[in-house]
Amino acid sequence: METFEKHEHDVLVIGAGGAGLRAAIEAKAQGVNVGLVCKSLLGKAHTVMAEGGVAAAMGNVDPQDNWQVHFKDTMAGGKMMNNWRMAQLHAQQAPERVLELEKWGALFDRTPSGTILQRAFGGHTCKRLAHVGDRTGLEIIRTLQERAVEAQVPVYMECTVTHLLRAGDRVCGALAYWRSNGKFVVFTAKSIILATGGVGKSFRITSNSWEYTSDGLGMAYALGAELIDMEFVQFHPTGMVWPPGVKGLLVTEAVRGEGGRLTNNKGERFMERYDPKRMELSTRDQVARAIYTEVKEGRGSEHGGVFLDVTHLDGESVKKKLPSMYHQFKDLADVDITKQPMEVGPTTHYMMGGLRVDAETTATTIPGLFAAGEVAGGMHGGNRLGGNSLSDLLVFGRLAGIHAAEFSRQNKQGITPPDVEIQAATRQMLEPFDRKEGASPYEIHDELQDVMQNLVGIMRIEEDIKTALTKLEGLKQRLKTVRVTGSRIYNPGWHLAYDLRNLLNTSEAIARSALAREESRGAHTRLDHPKLSPEWEKITHVIQKDGDGMNLSQMPKPQMPPELAKLFEESH
Amino acid sequence: MPDVTFRISTGSAEQNEEKTYRVPVAEGWVVLDAVHYIQAHEAPDLAVRWNCKAAKCGSCSAEVNGKPKLMCKTRLDDFADGEEIVVYPLKTFPRIKDLVTDVSWNYEVAKKIKPFTPAKDTKWSMDQRDMDRVQEFRKCIECFLCQDVCHVLRNHDKKPEFAGPRSFVRIANLEMHPLDTASRLDFLKNEGGLGYCNITKCCTEVCPEDIHITDNAIIPLKERLVDEYYDPIAKLFKVFSGK
Repeated sequence: METFEKHEHDVLVIGAGGAGLRAAIEAKAQGVNVGLVCKSLLGKAHTVMAEGGVAAAMGNVDPQDNWQVHFKDTMAGGKMMNNWRMAQLHAQQAPERVLELEKWGALFDRTPSGTILQRAFGGHTCKRLAHVGDRTGLEIIRTLQERAVEAQVPVYMECTVTHLLRAGDRVCGALAYWRSNGKFVVFTAKSIILATGGVGKSFRITSNSWEYTSDGLGMAYALGAELIDMEFVQFHPTGMVWPPGVKGLLVTEAVRGEGGRLTNNKGERFMERYDPKRMELSTRDQVARAIYTEVKEGRGSEHGGVFLDVTHLDGESVKKKLPSMYHQFKDLADVDITKQPMEVGPTTHYMMGGLRVDAETTATTIPGLFAAGEVAGGMHGGNRLGGNSLSDLLVFGRLAGIHAAEFSRQNKQGITPPDVEIQAATRQMLEPFDRKEGASPYEIHDELQDVMQNLVGIMRIEEDIKTALTKLEGLKQRLKTVRVTGSRIYNPGWHLAYDLRNLLNTSEAIARSALAREESRGAHTRLDHPKLSPEWEKITHVIQKDGDGMNLSQMPKPQMPPELAKLFEESH
Repeated sequence: MPDVTFRISTGSAEQNEEKTYRVPVAEGWVVLDAVHYIQAHEAPDLAVRWNCKAAKCGSCSAEVNGKPKLMCKTRLDDFADGEEIVVYPLKTFPRIKDLVTDVSWNYEVAKKIKPFTPAKDTKWSMDQRDMDRVQEFRKCIECFLCQDVCHVLRNHDKKPEFAGPRSFVRIANLEMHPLDTASRLDFLKNEGGLGYCNITKCCTEVCPEDIHITDNAIIPLKERLVDEYYDPIAKLFKVFSGK
């Protein structure tokens, strides 16, 4: 029998993107023993790819901005599906979180008076996004990374967590393997924070990195945690469409925030027909649908996108405000964006749904298990506004750190993960090596991406989703025969074989929720139910494991108190 | 497009060999696309480190036809027709497997650098002109190509005594932060080994973020070091003033 390397912490944080780092920093500040485990090198997590900015109602550029306005924008953008309390806490606490980053060394772009500069973004009625050119995510992750190093948080890099371990009803640890040598590690913890991000790798065209394999969602689901709002997958309107090697790569919304115009092959600014008031700065769901429609109706660009144009802006200013975009197009597509329009189309970008959490504490429905960032559901409702993700990470990362630390103090008596659970988990991990023949993990993944892209993508219809569910079941069966060759040392085929288990479960959750919601709302568009229905506004979908199957139920959405509801009446 | 021949260095630090693959490539492909193709079709356990495939995370550093590059940014159509593409892991760091090296040393060095230290009563107001200078250093994606190419590390393996260009960029960022109050000159002189750098600018040449590492980070730090420790007039002043 294999012996295991073991580590014990009060609080274990899984994932070292913005939410995980912020949570670890906070838990450490609370005086408990924290460990941070991440499957990539430190500082490479998906947060690094965020570009346009972090939304916080500081009012540096538009003094009329305040948390109420930000709250209203967020709820309206989310088509009222958001957990109102999360949206409120987020709007209230975001400014403080951004200012805190500055105290830890972050360097945001400035206004002439020396305060943090804020830019316009889709769905935000004020100039609200603090930014660093178009590489805001890098600035944030580097700042948090350096702060975590300063706080001497132990970091387990390139260590993939595969199973959450439980004793009784409480989570008490996790099984992981080192990518470098494939050896298993057992973590024991009094509380665990999941900060593992989203699901993008289920889809063919995505702006997400390989890490987005829904690990946290899958592991918590396996333990019986509830997933909500899984039908709401954000398709960012502007990804690169050409050349094929970069299809899906993000083109920041800041391009439109800085004045970029969307046109079709007739040269029309087509947003006039979809949202004449907000034009290019409409919400992402609307712009993505508009682009889809333009292409579908034959008004697209040569490579199946539309044009995004900044050539009317001053070239030097474009290079300064959007340096990454300038280089991205120049280096990868031979396009000089100061002289030629970009070609763009929708790309899978963000999971609005996720683990059901308590707004105040980020606690999931499993005792001792907390979740923050993209892995948590509710904050963004049916459609996330740009810039609200970076602020979400900071606000709820911090809250997770506070409350997971508190939980660990109140449950001082740690529980040791039962051996039988560990043995069962490791057996499951190693089975694919034993098979003499079987499916290739790469093939299964390839087919999964086609299924989700083509059948549960930006425009959905009952028949397609049902076909997808049948195909997903088939892929699940094939996964049972998946075969891995080579050794356990840095073996990407093995890593993918494990990722697929989570990807398939969350893909099924997306498909089931999408099939059940018979309306179009936010990012969820049903061609066979094109209208928004007031009845559906009151309903949240809940996905939970039920034996070997998946159960979908409905839960009434929490209603906001009258003083907040009043904010929306006033605006009419 | 015609197939392209790839020769990829595979194996461990002790035992490794080049393996040859023919890859049918598509328009706009980069080296990393080809490596992924080889994984999916021929060598499922071929190890490569990557994350974003968008030149933002700095994970997929390797040596392509002898040059330190990000695989996600190295386009296949930049090579001549029929040219073989040879991919090796970074030479300066110990190989784990295939194209993946152990770069953890860089993270250990980072722990030794004194963090950002603002004054207690700091007014958080900064001018964009000050930002422009420092933000250049903040662009670093920690790909460690500069560390890989630097001869002090690559050929002389001065790892214990020399912190390398990445660390100097980080220190320049902190030293030139308008609101920082700490000094890292002592570290640069003693532990960091800044004096080993003889400004050959190799680091600047390979930086995928176009940071002027030598001109804007290393040389100004060297000047500060000279002012602090070797300026004869300042030394005299110190002797007479007793400071």
